[in-house]
Amino acid sequence: MAKKKREIDDRFKRFGIVSFTATTKVNDFVSYLEQGKVMGTRCKKCDIMFFPPRADCYQCLGGDMEWFEVSGTGKLVTYSKLQYAPVGFEQDLPYCIALLDYGDYKVFGRIDKEIGDDEIKVGMDMKTEVRQLPEDRLIYVFTKA
Amino acid sequence: MGKIGIIGVGQSAFVRGYPGSIRELAFEGFKEAVKDAQISANDIDASIVCSAPEYDKQRSPSGIFAEYLGLIPQPTFYLESLCSSSSMGLRMAYSLVKAGLHDVVAVIGFQKMSEISSAESQERMGRGADIQWESPFGTMMPAYYAMYARAHMEKYGTTPEDLALVRVKAATYGQINEKAVYRKPVTLEMFTDPESPMAGPVSSPLRVGDCCANADGSSCVIVANEEKAKAMSDKPVWILGLGAASNSVNLAGRDLFTGLRVAELAAQQAYKMAGIGPKDVDVAEVHDCFTIAEIMAYENLGFAAPGEGKELIKSKETYKEGSIPVNIDGGLLSKGHPIGATGGSQIRTVVLQLRGEAGEMQVKDPEIGLVHNIGGVGIYGNVTILGR
Repeated sequence: MAKKKREIDDRFKRFGIVSFTATTKVNDFVSYLEQGKVMGTRCKKCDIMFFPPRADCYQCLGGDMEWFEVSGTGKLVTYSKLQYAPVGFEQDLPYCIALLDYGDYKVFGRIDKEIGDDEIKVGMDMKTEVRQLPEDRLIYVFTKA
Repeated sequence: MGKIGIIGVGQSAFVRGYPGSIRELAFEGFKEAVKDAQISANDIDASIVCSAPEYDKQRSPSGIFAEYLGLIPQPTFYLESLCSSSSMGLRMAYSLVKAGLHDVVAVIGFQKMSEISSAESQERMGRGADIQWESPFGTMMPAYYAMYARAHMEKYGTTPEDLALVRVKAATYGQINEKAVYRKPVTLEMFTDPESPMAGPVSSPLRVGDCCANADGSSCVIVANEEKAKAMSDKPVWILGLGAASNSVNLAGRDLFTGLRVAELAAQQAYKMAGIGPKDVDVAEVHDCFTIAEIMAYENLGFAAPGEGKELIKSKETYKEGSIPVNIDGGLLSKGHPIGATGGSQIRTVVLQLRGEAGEMQVKDPEIGLVHNIGGVGIYGNVTILGR
């Protein structure tokens, strides 16, 4: 009798330019990216918003979470333009990593390459948008509000 | 309960491409510390080996070192908190001795960063952050400190020239530290000279000259309880205060980008335990893995108010003759940064300063010294206060 192959939900390996994680309890994050949505989780009991999304609440130790969409605009907290990159990212250089503050939570990511250096200002309003990458990969970037 | 003293300190030269194995590298720092303490390996009741394991090929180096350093059959174990591993090791040694489990404990820090190939190192760099949520964007250590530098510049008007001044000071003292990997002079002009390697962009606004170099090295700090310290040493340096804290790895979980919360918290704890304040510190070693890190350290330790760190370097108050001398051994920027060995090297420098044995680097008659040692980009923070 043929052995039944164990199904592994490894959707998360599609996240980012290079993914270092294949399995997580918040794999739905990737399915939401497919729908063009960047989502965090909110603990229904404690009303804490988490980004990046978490499956477990450290406060109540429960896991009764609901998804919320990262929407509207956040303020650019800080950023840096890289001239060197780790393995797997060399072709992308140069690129900017950055942090947006949405008030209740912050989002770490990249600034859209379409935005010129002289247009990037700390404190500016930006949006978080999903981008499709080659080979069925998904990422999000920060764009002008 | 009695005091806990440091009775011996040592470090290897910090070099590029150490031509020996890790046990031989560890032996160099250990030998200097044991000779310094005028004891033998038999007098050491336990050892703590500190490093960042991603650079090791040897699984569990503690056993190898215990064998090679003559520390068998005493207990030994491994401890990791990235770049602050050996300061955390000192904290653990303090608690083991204070609890009365052991009388004398050796804290052995090491890193042979050249143990792995450049390609392997590049690969590991990509995992130097939150691998689930940050690394997929292509992050690197300098980029995170660069984000802090950007935020500091925006909020306080700190300039690239202010950052360069930190490197110029580091190079001033790196030239007189025979253990340092980088011993050439650095001038402010190099940072604006496109021909100079110092000016090369790494991750804006940080340039090559703003970053410390990888190195291979080892360090060793031997601590003892008050009774043994007084019996074994005529020059013990006492551990007066210890502070330690942690913070979110992912920057999204943080609330401050112009300084490191872990350093603020660890400093508050250490000052409280020692019963002193920042003005009482006569000499300090701070974790200048990047130039901006030193300016933030001035502020987080209370040597300067938030935003005014740049004034300390501009006025040369952190030079040897200044009101608060900092990194008079060249700091990480000149010495190089063999991750697990760095904290022990900083502690060694302050111990030598307090004993009046720092030679050309000697600060005038210091009584209280401070070590600020950070793991990752403010993930772990340790502050240690020492006194004669």
